[in-house]
Amino acid sequence: MSVIVFAETSDNQYKKSSLEAVSYGKEVATKLGSKVVAVSIGNAGNPESLGNYGADEVVTLHDAAFAQFSPEAYAAAFASVCKAHSGSVIIISNTYSGKSIAGRVAVLLGAGMASNVVDYPEIGDQFLVKRGVFSGKAFAYVGLNAPVKLLAITPNSVEIKQHAGTAAVSAFAADGIAASKTTIKETNRITGKIPLTEAEIVVSAGRGMKGPENWVMIEDLANAIGAATACSKPVSDMHWRPHSEHVGQTGITIKPNLYIAIGISGAIQHLAGVSSSKVIVVINKDPEAPFFKAADYGIVGDAFDVLPKLIQAAKSATAQ
Amino acid sequence: MKVLVCMSVVPDTTTKITFNNNNTEFNTAGVQFIMNPYDELALTKALDIADPVGGTVTILHVGLADAEPAIRKALSMGATDAVRINAAATDAQFVAEQVASYAKDKGFDFILTGRESIDYNGGAVCGLLGAMLDIPSINVITQLEVSGNTATIERDIDGGRETVSSSLPFVASAQKDLCEPRIPNMRGIMAARTKPLAVVEPISVTNHSSYQRFELPQPKQGVRMISADAPEELINLLRNEAKVIN
Ligand SMILES: Cc1cc2nc3c(=O)[nH]c(=O)nc-3n(C[C@H](O)[C@H](O)[C@H](O)COP(=O)(O)OP(=O)(O)OC[C@H]3O[C@@H](n4cnc5c(N)ncnc54)[C@H](O)[C@@H]3O)c2cc1C
Ligand SMILES: Nc1ncnc2c1ncn2[C@@H]1O[C@H](COP(=O)(O)O)[C@@H](O)[C@H]1O
Repeated sequence: MSVIVFAETSDNQYKKSSLEAVSYGKEVATKLGSKVVAVSIGNAGNPESLGNYGADEVVTLHDAAFAQFSPEAYAAAFASVCKAHSGSVIIISNTYSGKSIAGRVAVLLGAGMASNVVDYPEIGDQFLVKRGVFSGKAFAYVGLNAPVKLLAITPNSVEIKQHAGTAAVSAFAADGIAASKTTIKETNRITGKIPLTEAEIVVSAGRGMKGPENWVMIEDLANAIGAATACSKPVSDMHWRPHSEHVGQTGITIKPNLYIAIGISGAIQHLAGVSSSKVIVVINKDPEAPFFKAADYGIVGDAFDVLPKLIQAAKSATAQ
Repeated sequence: MKVLVCMSVVPDTTTKITFNNNNTEFNTAGVQFIMNPYDELALTKALDIADPVGGTVTILHVGLADAEPAIRKALSMGATDAVRINAAATDAQFVAEQVASYAKDKGFDFILTGRESIDYNGGAVCGLLGAMLDIPSINVITQLEVSGNTATIERDIDGGRETVSSSLPFVASAQKDLCEPRIPNMRGIMAARTKPLAVVEPISVTNHSSYQRFELPQPKQGVRMISADAPEELINLLRNEAKVIN
């Protein structure tokens, strides 16, 4: 029996969410008295390093079939490692790539699956996992009954824990992986920016910013405090900002440590996507804006007056 | 061309979520149920592709009879016909098993789902279906063109976008940006009344999960207001009290 973790990479580096997944795996393995096997598919920097986060073993797979990310090939290969190592709990990050393999892996293993998992499982008579439902408006505790359980963990849900151990690295040859029926033609990554879904700090703005030209201030504040940028739905609908920044019930659900909302009214659909943020700051010129009810800190004021001062304050603070 | 679109029926986005029976049941009193917003996108895209070539688009829902208004809405948007698999959907795996069993020998050229249903947020059905039917699954797509036996698809990836090509058949999940949802017109609404809606009995499947209880997020302790003239106070609090910035 073992806990198997999919260690997702980006540019041949393990993602922060993968380190969280390995730490999560270690916690579960300790409760179950089993070991953690991290699985690294394709080229990745240094597999041994996963030992620092709790992996007992790292299995690497190198094959021409894995040069490109393919949900079919990656899921098939990952599932064969899970079988070979008798995986009973399977951990994947709840990212776009993670989710694109999670369902396939669950079917290949006959596993019970829970996505959007936000905390460690309760393991007793039942294996109970906490997952976000209703787009962040609530949580559900789901019992997984099948012998094999697959959990897709929302980034930023658990802390990365350092471990002293070293991981034994071995190569795995996955046989019988069918040629993929999909081919990647082109990949465009937004470079030099923190991906919104992984960001610990997010600066977000709404219609109160009046027009796209004023996002310079939002970017400046984000840069000063190391944040990713986000926006409300109307802002992306009007193409002031790309839709990938739209947070809320019909956009992305995020749970950063800090969410700063500027010129956003706090409609229920918007709150749904951001209310799991640990700390919420609201800046709005209307003291009656509903968002203040969901905030930890608030400033009533005109964004065009407050932002320059705030950016200045953030810059001098970080310069210290 | 034959297309299948999967539809879930969810509480309206303005719904205030509450629970009954010791937090074990979602309280549906006064809740209005709607077609899942992402499924509107999936259906619209399917129609945009199938209509010009005289193809058909079947809308499929796994659920009970109370979903019929939402199914009629999909028909009024332009779906050719509808299928309801007569079982309460207990989880994504149950739904995918039902859909796969229905679709496996029907020769659909492709299947679309929504990126996620906004109630249980599984985002799982697309991948599950792909594996059950042994066809490619491409999630969070923002563009789709079908030409001959190949589809060109743009999809969101973590921190960017990519373009993939896939052979048919495949299953893909609709993300915002794929299209603007169609609004039913009067003619569509009239036509929908007489379009076929088949009710199919479910296959029996083993349940992999069970919802035990629900919980609402902890309410905030109350907001601490800071003067608009002293933003440095905010930075100070975020650094030293909340400890969320360096
Ligand atoms: C089906 C459906 C799904 C939806 N999904 C989402 C979703 O996922 N995400 C989402 O965000 N919305 C969603 N919405 C829309 C949502 O209901 C709100 O309309 C939207 O969130 C409002 O955006 P906003 O706060 O930017 O704009 P507004 O509501 O116009 O608010 C602007 C705010 O800025 C303030 N303001 C104006 N000028 C200034 C200034 N100079 N300085 C400071 N403050 C200022 C105003 O006081 C106001 O509070 C959805 C709606 C529907 C119907
Ligand atoms: N009960 C259902 N009947 C038919 N399709 C469904 C059902 N539930 C979910 N789906 C489809 O699967 C998508 C993703 O749902 P989920 O995996 O539950 O987030 C939805 O957008 C629908 O297209």
